[in-house]
Amino acid sequence: MPGKLKVKIVAGRHLPVMDRASDLTDAFVEVKFGNTTFKTDVYLKSLNPQWNSEWFKFEVDDEDLQDEPLQITVLDHDTYSANDAIGKVYIDIDPLLYSEAATVISGWFPIYDTIHGIRGEINVIVKVDLFNDLNRFRQSSCGVKFFCTTSIPKCYRAVIIHGFVEELVVNEDPEYQWIDRIRTPRASNEARQRLISLMSGELQRKIGLKVLEMRGNAVVGYLQCFDLEGESGLVVRAIGTACTLDKLSSPAAFLPACNSPSKEMKEIPFNEDPNPNTHSSGPSTPLKNQTYSFSPSKSYSRQSSSSDTDLSLTPKTGMGSGSAGKEGGPFKALLRQQTQSALEQRGGSPHRFCKRREFPFFTLTAFPPGFLVHVGGVVSARSVKLLDRIHNPAFVGIMGNTRSYKLLDWNSFNSDEPETRDAWWAEIRQEIKSHAKALGCHAVVGYSESTSICEEVCILSASGTAAVLNPRFLQDGTLEGCLEQRLEENLPVGCGFCHIPYDELNMPFPAHLTYCYNCRKQKVPDVLFTTIDLPTDATVVGKGCLIQARLCRLKKKAQAEANATAISNLLPFMEYEVHTQLMNKLKLKGMNALFGLRIQITVGENMLMGLASATGVYLAALPTPGGIQIAGKTPNDGSYEQHISHMQKKINDTIAKNKELYEINPPETSEELIGSPIPEPRQHSRLLRSQSESSDEVTELDLSHGKKDAFVLEIDDTDALEDVHSLLTDVPPPPGFYSCNTEIMPGINNWTSEIQMFTSVRVTRLSSLNLTNQALNKNFNDLCENLLKSLYFKLRSMIPCCLCHVNFTVSLPEDELIQVTVTAVAITFDKNQALQTTKTHVEKSLQRASTDNEELLQFPLELCSDSIPSHPFPPAKEHLESASSNSGIPAAQRATSVDYSSFADRCSSWIELIKLKAQTIRRGSIKTTVTVEKASPMGEGNFRNRSAPPCANSTVGVVKMTPLSFIPGAKITKYLGIINMFFIRETTSLREEGGVSGFLHAFIAEVFAMVRAHVAALGGNAVVSYIMKQCVFMENPNKNQAQCLINVSGDAVVFVRESDLEVVSTQHPTANCQPLCAGGEVTT
Amino acid sequence: MTSELDIFVGNTTLIDEDVYRLWLDGYSVSDAVALRVRSGILEQTGATAAVLQSDTMDHYRTFHMLERLLHAPPKLLHQLIFQIPPSRQALLIERYYAFDEAFVREVLGKKLSKGTKKDLDDISTKTGITLKSCRRQFDNFKRVFKVVEEMRGSLVDNIQQHFLLSDRLSRDYAAIVFFANNRFETGKKKLQYLSFGDFAFCAELMIQNWTLGAVGEAPTDPDSQVDDMDVDLDKEFLQDLKELKVLVADKDLLDLHKSLVCTTLRGKLTVFSEMEANFKNLSRGLVNVAAKLTHNKDVRDLFVDLVEKFVEPCRSDHWPLADVRLFLNQYSASVHSLDGFRHQALWDRYMGTLRGCLLRLYHD
Repeated sequence: MPGKLKVKIVAGRHLPVMDRASDLTDAFVEVKFGNTTFKTDVYLKSLNPQWNSEWFKFEVDDEDLQDEPLQITVLDHDTYSANDAIGKVYIDIDPLLYSEAATVISGWFPIYDTIHGIRGEINVIVKVDLFNDLNRFRQSSCGVKFFCTTSIPKCYRAVIIHGFVEELVVNEDPEYQWIDRIRTPRASNEARQRLISLMSGELQRKIGLKVLEMRGNAVVGYLQCFDLEGESGLVVRAIGTACTLDKLSSPAAFLPACNSPSKEMKEIPFNEDPNPNTHSSGPSTPLKNQTYSFSPSKSYSRQSSSSDTDLSLTPKTGMGSGSAGKEGGPFKALLRQQTQSALEQRGGSPHRFCKRREFPFFTLTAFPPGFLVHVGGVVSARSVKLLDRIHNPAFVGIMGNTRSYKLLDWNSFNSDEPETRDAWWAEIRQEIKSHAKALGCHAVVGYSESTSICEEVCILSASGTAAVLNPRFLQDGTLEGCLEQRLEENLPVGCGFCHIPYDELNMPFPAHLTYCYNCRKQKVPDVLFTTIDLPTDATVVGKGCLIQARLCRLKKKAQAEANATAISNLLPFMEYEVHTQLMNKLKLKGMNALFGLRIQITVGENMLMGLASATGVYLAALPTPGGIQIAGKTPNDGSYEQHISHMQKKINDTIAKNKELYEINPPETSEELIGSPIPEPRQHSRLLRSQSESSDEVTELDLSHGKKDAFVLEIDDTDALEDVHSLLTDVPPPPGFYSCNTEIMPGINNWTSEIQMFTSVRVTRLSSLNLTNQALNKNFNDLCENLLKSLYFKLRSMIPCCLCHVNFTVSLPEDELIQVTVTAVAITFDKNQALQTTKTHVEKSLQRASTDNEELLQFPLELCSDSIPSHPFPPAKEHLESASSNSGIPAAQRATSVDYSSFADRCSSWIELIKLKAQTIRRGSIKTTVTVEKASPMGEGNFRNRSAPPCANSTVGVVKMTPLSFIPGAKITKYLGIINMFFIRETTSLREEGGVSGFLHAFIAEVFAMVRAHVAALGGNAVVSYIMKQCVFMENPNKNQAQCLINVSGDAVVFVRESDLEVVSTQHPTANCQPLCAGGEVTT
Repeated sequence: MTSELDIFVGNTTLIDEDVYRLWLDGYSVSDAVALRVRSGILEQTGATAAVLQSDTMDHYRTFHMLERLLHAPPKLLHQLIFQIPPSRQALLIERYYAFDEAFVREVLGKKLSKGTKKDLDDISTKTGITLKSCRRQFDNFKRVFKVVEEMRGSLVDNIQQHFLLSDRLSRDYAAIVFFANNRFETGKKKLQYLSFGDFAFCAELMIQNWTLGAVGEAPTDPDSQVDDMDVDLDKEFLQDLKELKVLVADKDLLDLHKSLVCTTLRGKLTVFSEMEANFKNLSRGLVNVAAKLTHNKDVRDLFVDLVEKFVEPCRSDHWPLADVRLFLNQYSASVHSLDGFRHQALWDRYMGTLRGCLLRLYHD
């Protein structure tokens, strides 16, 4: 009996009137956990009952503690008829299961009813006494911390970054069970809410088990999603990055360890891993060939049966009992545990290693310094699946710089089995992995997965950024041995990640390379697309901006396979169009790189929608983008010529205006000086088969668009005309506003503390007459633009401010309906300070460089693991001079940096390369090493000038919510646990509740309220990395009905205003890990 | 392309003060949009009319949801659905309970019943205040009235506690409740020159001095009729006021009173002769008002009587306010020197308040 759960029901308030006669309520409470139920006394005739109950005690397995939610039901006692339910509260007790988080959940919770919404509040106290688990064969994974944050959480240090963990569970959807015909909507909704709560608990526990197996203690970048597949079931799936984290509570204790400068990795003592060398003892590699049998690039395009079996290794052992329930669970786990321990005795488990490093993916988007060596580009894969049957066409492609699509034949398993879904995802992940390899990268960062479902067709999508990671962070030494020979002497700061990881002579796709404008030593591409956040050490010119590509394509209504085929055929064109739009808009903004790229393809009954969002920036290391040139095909026509030149002028003006707006004025460098190749004749072929390594089934789409100097649009082409129009119709945000979809806005580093998180939803009905692609595109474009305009207008009182982490989600709930949901946070910043910074930015950046170094000196430990994530702001603009003069490059970093391009030519075949990487990957859980960087002995400026933002709104009870991983002007002192909530709201009186807008407005406000209440009850005052993962809205105005499902998640935290910290930090400078904004503020 | 659904929900509820005012003033969304357009907001922000429409709708929806909570302001403070900074909460409540001078003058002293509610149409037409706004204001009066009517203790404190209003607004509501409860006539033509402020001032004085609460007697028996200490006038006191009649009924007393006043004020008043000539009339008027207060009907006409019997005669003789003050002071004080008069305390309680009221009521 490893746990005792104790619950006390204190009081209620603002209860609804349940007895019309007396205008009062006779309320009592049922407290349910698992199969045990307790009841309080009935508190007669009151809307504010004081139950003050005894402590209800549940003695339960910790497995149940993880899976089950605590269910509190408030009822109205009725002597003669059945008791009426007032509403429920589900409390996830997971945060109480690990020691560092919350110790008690206590507070007012909104009482929620799926039909009536919030009906009063109830005060509850929950505690857990957890007995230490001595059982080795346990099924639970209590103690594994979960974070939604996609970077190493502040106040933690990554000891080891193990890698990718994933899991999914499948169940029947209660909404589609036969019983749903006879039960009330309320019962059905509640069954669904409870099931999903159970499933996500189970999923989290299973992921936790995997993490424990990997000897990690945390999951970072945890992303859990629901697929409502309708008849075929309900899938809950999650991905994340397993890590071993250390709390930075007493950094002083670690100082001695850090003071010994060493290039070697240092294991930080870690309780749960008494013998850290287990991993580095060189795992044997008998399974290598089996696991990586797909490796030659030629074979990956066709999934051989052998690779199928390999793939299913993972799913079949570890995952997905799903609807099978728990009966089979313990036995399986027992087996696994035994295997594991047996293997451990032999000093390493090759099987486990294979399993765990099968996919070298990282869901993180921001990394410890030095972790990311090179970035190859965006890799993505999509696959169209039929939910009722497995035999169907599939599409897979690479996005970014290369792409491919093909039809796959799947022989298969039964649907509804988690194995099937696992196989689907495994296939896609495999594809991603091979695409990454094609880009000369051994890892994928900023990885995410998503689905779009319409009837029985499902598009599975995965995307990430191919990258080369620093082997220094990998766990064992073998890799280093392999790569050491290729280590480069000098890796310049701020541009290293831009350098191409692939071989220049054997490029996976046509690209235009130049020497890096920063270090002038390495080659860089002309544009760079990534899904990650802008690395903090990147040198950026000017400010960034939100760039969106929007696209609609009509599709014939079709059934099953025909439908799937139609979609598969449309996808490559959509991807191409989206890419073209992104490229055009990027150039129009005068920028050369995209970060945080997220492409969403949504499938509807009669159309497909594509929406890509990213943050454009000008990377100093990359060449200046050329303009956009318009070419006409009939040059003889005079008026036509005029029209074109007019257009051209407009475009040129816009580019110039944008450059001014975003302060893009890169240092003048003559092209010749850095040896840029002479521009070749412009090519503007749209589609071409690449002659490179692709297999016969792979068709390459050329996305490089020829020369960077000028991007040519042919006006004859109606598409191009449309492109030009859409380019010019995008209105820049009003003065004082900036927007981006990354964590932070490049070029703004002086945030003030005011934040406003919001969700905005719009549903638009398209007129069904004469729907053409053009009209659709225009509608969709207008919808998004108007939405943005509305946001700017609403938030005008916050000017100057920046909309960060702008997250658009598109869905097509019905034939002619488009739903766009936006969640973002507006953060104010200090304009005057910004101006000041700009004025003297060269000077400042130099100063900053030295400040960095000095930080290194003072806080060696924190810096290694924490300083990057704790600097949410990029360094002030660094110019060539400053960057090149900044020779204070950490020795360790120099020694271990990898240069693939110089190495790759030695790799005569793909196989060899892949083998090498296979080793890398399987070896390598990645870990950070503690090294003391040498530092320049400069003044002590890092606490200087830390302007204290006014903490005007430090009112008790306020809970801040933000999609970012930090709170401006504050320091997160504690993570209290993950918030993952799922709600259903239904109404049968839509008109009375203010129509669809009134209904959804109230519901979203209620969801916010419930999130805040849970955070407050945990003792927190903010939710970071908040995300609304799902907002499924269905209406039936004729029946006066509507239903909505919302799924949100985030990390509950405690933060302290920086101004409050001031005293502490000056008193104990060494014990202080740098507050969030210090990086930004030091420069001022 | 039409937007079926268009919402914006902030973690901190956005409150636009201008839109709130328009909403409170009872404008429809389209009227509000038109008014906002006229305010030049489009030019300032570069927004389009569609954006303005969507924004206005959003705010209106929010206000509509908040309205339920505003009916019981403490709920607004404790509710969890809308995260609103305390200063904004206070603003929301204060503005919601604020009322228009023109409107309150129409319903002041009227019974807050359905019947009156039906007259709101006419009031709306007459005052130019939208019917919606009239309804809100009327419902506010009625709601506050219902809550504090039966409550013990200080009226102002009760209002403040249950509606979280500012001190000023609580006092105004106390006056409204007091007037509604006692049904003072305020609508007569000759009372039109009086502002709500004038009446509120009088109400405050009367609450302080003429109600049960004013005497400071704690009701010992909770079932007794003295529950609403601040709302009802002290019946006993009103009965006693009959005793003052002797001041005008007894001719000697009246003459003595007059001579006392005239002796003191001689040379001090610019309108001395008029005062001397009118003294008996004025005194009779004031004392008769007191004596009549036993009847409910006459209580209602208190202000009409005061204006008729005192304010108008003085005004027609062009008394300056300073003279009125001197006269009233002396008039009250002199009674203490009347040996034959035994109700000094009663007189002070009556005249102290009346003097304050009359001075306030005496203007053009």
